[in-house]
Amino acid sequence: MSTPWIVVLTVGAATIALKGAGTLLLGSRTLPSPAQAVIALLAPSLLAGLIVVQTLAADGALAIDARLAGVAAAAVALALRAPLLVALAAAAAVAAAARALGAA
Amino acid sequence: MQMDYSSIITERPATDMRSSIVAGARAVLPIAIAASAFGVSFGILARDAGMGVVAPLVFSFTTFAGSAQFAAVSVLEQGGALPAAIVAAVLLNLRYLAIGVAVAPALRGGRARRLAEAQLAVDESWAVAQSDGHIDRGRFLGAALALLAAWTSGTALGVLGGGSFGDPQSYGIDAMFPALFLALLVGQLGSRSALRAALLGGTIALVLIPVAPAGVPVIAAVTGALIALQGGRA
Repeated sequence: MSTPWIVVLTVGAATIALKGAGTLLLGSRTLPSPAQAVIALLAPSLLAGLIVVQTLAADGALAIDARLAGVAAAAVALALRAPLLVALAAAAAVAAAARALGAA
Repeated sequence: MQMDYSSIITERPATDMRSSIVAGARAVLPIAIAASAFGVSFGILARDAGMGVVAPLVFSFTTFAGSAQFAAVSVLEQGGALPAAIVAAVLLNLRYLAIGVAVAPALRGGRARRLAEAQLAVDESWAVAQSDGHIDRGRFLGAALALLAAWTSGTALGVLGGGSFGDPQSYGIDAMFPALFLALLVGQLGSRSALRAALLGGTIALVLIPVAPAGVPVIAAVTGALIALQGGRA
């Protein structure tokens, strides 16, 4: 089997198992309330982690580059209550401009 | 359209369910537009990595998790080893164990049906459908199906038409990912404990980036939820 297909099938099978494990193991039972309280806070902690990693991580190191300028622009747009697509367009445009001006 | 259905469906919850699915798809529409742009850039990357046409499409449909797919294909594209590509992607997707537990109460039907519905869990569909840990089933399904359609059709466009788009990085597409997650995060900061969880999660990820393998910082950020809860009680 070729390399791309090995990656696609292995990662695909692992992801299906990871996403499905919760419902297969829990069934229709509900989690005890301490666990529910943690799950309610999963979204903010996980999203913050994703933001930091996707803005500042590059090849296993911290890097300040055009992405940070783009995300800062999106933050300003969101603070000004701009629609989501405007904020995303601002992120892309500012990152692209920073890159065109020589930022990594 | 809704008038046509009302004669067929006698059960009141079913029509509620339908409007809830439509509401979820509507709520996620701007995100879906962004997701299709991400899909295009993923398709271009996959094509450049020599993955062919069918494999990237199967990847987007089965794995349906952008960051892991980008990570795996980037490793391959840079000439990295096969195990490295697989490990990076699986590490990034470990968070779906937690998200899978979070969406579990919203899923219905037998084991096979629930297993299939659980595959619709992605960061965005989960974030749009959940508030305070409760998942609105209709919103979840509507948002997820719209995202799946956008992501796979975007991938197809990128793989087939890649050459005519140029380099996605020069458009700043990579800055759109964290910007999207920032917008989703803003919608989740309804309480002091949520704010605390976000600050802790972000800090933990930041500290771990230079020392831990790719994927670990994001998973470790999840412990921010645990610590925030403890702090709130103390």
